[in-house]
Amino acid sequence: MKSLSRWFLYGLIWVSSVANSAELSQVQHDKSSVSFGYKQMGVAMDGKFRKFVAKLNFDPSKPAAANAQIDIDLASIDTGTSEGDEEVAGKQWFNSKAFPSAKFVSTSVKSLGADRFEVAGKLSIKGKSVDAIAPFTFKPQGNVGAFDGTLLIKRLDFAIGEGPWADVSTVANEVQIKFHIVANAAPAAAAPKK
Amino acid sequence: MNTQSLSRYSGAAILIHWLTALLIFVAFPLGKYMHDLPLSPQKLELFSYHKWLGITVLLLFLPRLLVRIAKPPPTALPAPAWQHRAASVTHALLYLLILLVPLSGWLMSSAKGVSVVYLSLVPLPDLVDKNKELGSLLKEFHEALSTGLFVLVALHLAAAIKHHVIDKDGTLRRMLPGRNT
Ligand code: HEM
Repeated sequence: MKSLSRWFLYGLIWVSSVANSAELSQVQHDKSSVSFGYKQMGVAMDGKFRKFVAKLNFDPSKPAAANAQIDIDLASIDTGTSEGDEEVAGKQWFNSKAFPSAKFVSTSVKSLGADRFEVAGKLSIKGKSVDAIAPFTFKPQGNVGAFDGTLLIKRLDFAIGEGPWADVSTVANEVQIKFHIVANAAPAAAAPKK
Repeated sequence: MNTQSLSRYSGAAILIHWLTALLIFVAFPLGKYMHDLPLSPQKLELFSYHKWLGITVLLLFLPRLLVRIAKPPPTALPAPAWQHRAASVTHALLYLLILLVPLSGWLMSSAKGVSVVYLSLVPLPDLVDKNKELGSLLKEFHEALSTGLFVLVALHLAAAIKHHVIDKDGTLRRMLPGRNT
């Protein structure tokens, strides 16, 4: 009887550790990045955000149950020049004193087949919320997985770049927000380390 | 000097010479002006126009060399030896800077991570990888070289005017369109 209950216990641990490793929920921020691309006078430019906080729960076998949220610290922008960084913090751009962060909250996730998925949600910047959809790929590597996707937005939907900057012939309206998020399963507290 | 016996530069050489002069006369003050503007859409536009003008100067360099090889300049007009020497040195340096000034601008743009798309149509390759320090170093180069070009052009212009107004010889007219005899 004793050995049977032990086997039962092992079984339980095995099931729970599999369940845990399948669902990714711990974002590795040091390995993740959020960058953006846009066109300026027809020239492709890029930049990135140094600080953001991402939260997610994702099991590739149950995409409908997945959710994600990301908060981007707008003051952490890197446009490539300090002049650019200062400019976009201003009232005409992000007005980041009044609106310090951009936030994306998912409403649904679905599979597009193979390693491709799509997340829909609300993107809020500068006091304006817009529905947004981002296709992404998911590449699992053991207990870790990498999400890579792009969110296409129109900056004027959020009044990013007002006044003379609203002229989209110098800075294009279309902006791609590219995310590379690396996450692993929550440490399985119940499972003993081998 | 007899106008009738004046041998001029070839038509192609004259065209490229004045086109280059005109482009430099616009690109130089534009460079100085845009540099001091606060960041604005207008500044971004002017930067692009400046780059296109400068790249055009660079593009004109190759046909210019080919024309010079195909149709060598007319033999020099009589003048003291030191003047001939001074002229050859100035011309050689002008050629060098006409190459280096736009090249340093292109290099700077690459290093600063703002690629050049000529006339908003033709993307030019980046000459170096994005690198902030290199970008500001190249900016110093571009500024110094364009100042050098400005000084040389001023000398060149002063010499041409001196020949025309004081010596009243055909030096300037050789580079002006007209009938060749
Ligand atoms: C004949 C050709 C050119 C001339 C005479 C010229 C001249 C100048 C001058 C006088 C300045 C201002 C320097 C200063 O005071 O700071 C300038 C700035 C600049 N030039 Fe040029 N340039 C030429 C070609 C180019 C080309 C081909 C490019 C790029 C493809 C370029 C890119 C720039 C940039 C980006 C600046 C601004 C630097 C800054 O303020 O950050 N230039 N140029």
